Amino acid sequence: MDLPIFLIQTLNSVQYGLLLFLIASGLTLIFGIMGVINLAHGSFYMLGAYAAFVLSGLTGSLFWAIALGVPLAVAFGYLLEWIFFSFLYRRDHLQQVLLTYGLILVFEELRSLAVGDDVHGVSVPATLARSVALGSTMTYPVFNLFISGVCLVVAVLLFVLLQRTRLGMMIRAGASNREMVRSLGVDINLLFRVVFALGVALAAFAGMVNAPASSVYPGMGNQVLIICFVVVVIGGIGSVTGALVAALMIGFVDTFGKVFLPDYAGILVYLLMAVVLVWRPEGLFRESRA
Amino acid sequence: MTLARRTLATLALLALLALPLVAGKFYVDLIAKVMIMAVFAMSLDLLVGVTGLVSLGHAAFFGLASYVLVLVAPDPYTAVSLWTSLPLAVGACALAALAIGALALRTRGVYFIMVTLAFSQMGYFVFHDTKIAGGSDGAYIYVKPSASVGGWSPFDLNSGAHFYYAMLALLVLVFVFLRMLLASRFGHALRGIRSNEQRMRALGFNTYCYKLAAFTIAGAIAGLAGYFAAVQFGFVNPEMLAWHQSANVLLMVILGGMGNLGGAIVGAFAFVLLQDLFSSLTKHWPLLMGGFVILAVMLLPGGLTRATETWRFWRFGRRHG
Repeated sequence: MDLPIFLIQTLNSVQYGLLLFLIASGLTLIFGIMGVINLAHGSFYMLGAYAAFVLSGLTGSLFWAIALGVPLAVAFGYLLEWIFFSFLYRRDHLQQVLLTYGLILVFEELRSLAVGDDVHGVSVPATLARSVALGSTMTYPVFNLFISGVCLVVAVLLFVLLQRTRLGMMIRAGASNREMVRSLGVDINLLFRVVFALGVALAAFAGMVNAPASSVYPGMGNQVLIICFVVVVIGGIGSVTGALVAALMIGFVDTFGKVFLPDYAGILVYLLMAVVLVWRPEGLFRESRA
Repeated sequence: MTLARRTLATLALLALLALPLVAGKFYVDLIAKVMIMAVFAMSLDLLVGVTGLVSLGHAAFFGLASYVLVLVAPDPYTAVSLWTSLPLAVGACALAALAIGALALRTRGVYFIMVTLAFSQMGYFVFHDTKIAGGSDGAYIYVKPSASVGGWSPFDLNSGAHFYYAMLALLVLVFVFLRMLLASRFGHALRGIRSNEQRMRALGFNTYCYKLAAFTIAGAIAGLAGYFAAVQFGFVNPEMLAWHQSANVLLMVILGGMGNLGGAIVGAFAFVLLQDLFSSLTKHWPLLMGGFVILAVMLLPGGLTRATETWRFWRFGRRHG
């Protein structure tokens, strides 16, 4: 493998890893804080991608689609927590699995009713539809660099929010001990709603940004969901740092696996998970038991 | 079991025995499929309802067994012997369940759900990405396994009615076997683990080994169901291991009511027949199914077999129920 190819695969790994991080960070926070296992989280990624498809068709630009789509996703998450998820906290994990599975079926079919089952493309914004040269023969699309860059910015913002603000402090406290936060007088219902909306917005944003690169197709949410579960298991429930490390690990293992062992790339990620489980059953960054 | 339930169960068994005499081929095949799913659901009930282990990857064993049936045949046109291929398929599933369970049972709760899901997805990719048995296209089984022993054949799986009665016998056998298992010391230990694992450990039970044994038995019985599903459908593809399959069988267990095996059977009937009904109504039947699932889990947390108790609870409150 010569240097330009290695560089391209590294860039691809980072891009995939960061995208996974955006989706999995919401998933791990929702697990960690609310104790809800949410199978429908992949649907938010799917809905984001379809929102990008519909909105960029209406407005003519991906940027406008994202600018409109993110507030929509926040509002959607806020409402969904209020109407549906707030009923799940008192149920056991088994019922949460089934209720959110039912939700996936509903979202997929509503999507099918609204947009149909065809694969759609979303056009890359004209300003980014270029390539940069890598070495003498290889090129790399600028748009893919844009995806990585934007994801990186959002990831940094998320860490600033979690580590440097009062809200972030409450969220971190909630992830390590929910009951204690409640008894200290934090409005836990509002906190749940905000975290859920944040998680939905992150997943939907990932779907929107990646839509031109991946195209939008039925079932895209489920694929991502299961990989994100692996990310959460490896990283440790409730740990955003763990999600970042695990997502990047999976990005590299999957991308380079497809290069070296194309037939077994799908399996490698799960083998990685098995190895981590043998070594640390609670995940790499699990700090405390909530 | 109350007298009313015993009567209902006897009537249901008589109806199942009489069905091929009155119904057409379509319904005989449909109910045979339901009975296969009922065996599959009972195996999961041993984990979820009895031991309290929520597995979201149970379809891995169902699918694995069906692939073993394809892989043992030298070519798709040769009939393999039922008596060698079935033990091989079930044995492979038991081994796989032992290996996966040994790892997955190191975790608990939400982790266990996600890890079983991830392992079954790994199995999915083994058959999807590699060239084994046709890769993502799957493979056909043109000839059904032969049940002959030394030239004499007790039944013929090619015949719809024979297959139907074979499945009914399988259903009854697995039900009786699991009932006996639950009545044994082993079964009581599993129930103890479900209600309080810490206490069981304090009493000196090696709960890990008990859970692993339950996981292995459940995997083997799921393999039994998967083997006959492949025989009936006449083809296998990676979708048999997919997580939708795992979620659906979990739904059957919940829909019927957990922990009493009869519920798993009722749930399998309700689920498959409902799916059949919804898909005959509209192309967008998953929307109806999704809505139904949400309503059923919200309103009937105890499942159909405990519907009367749930109703009493809503009607009179806990004190009178």
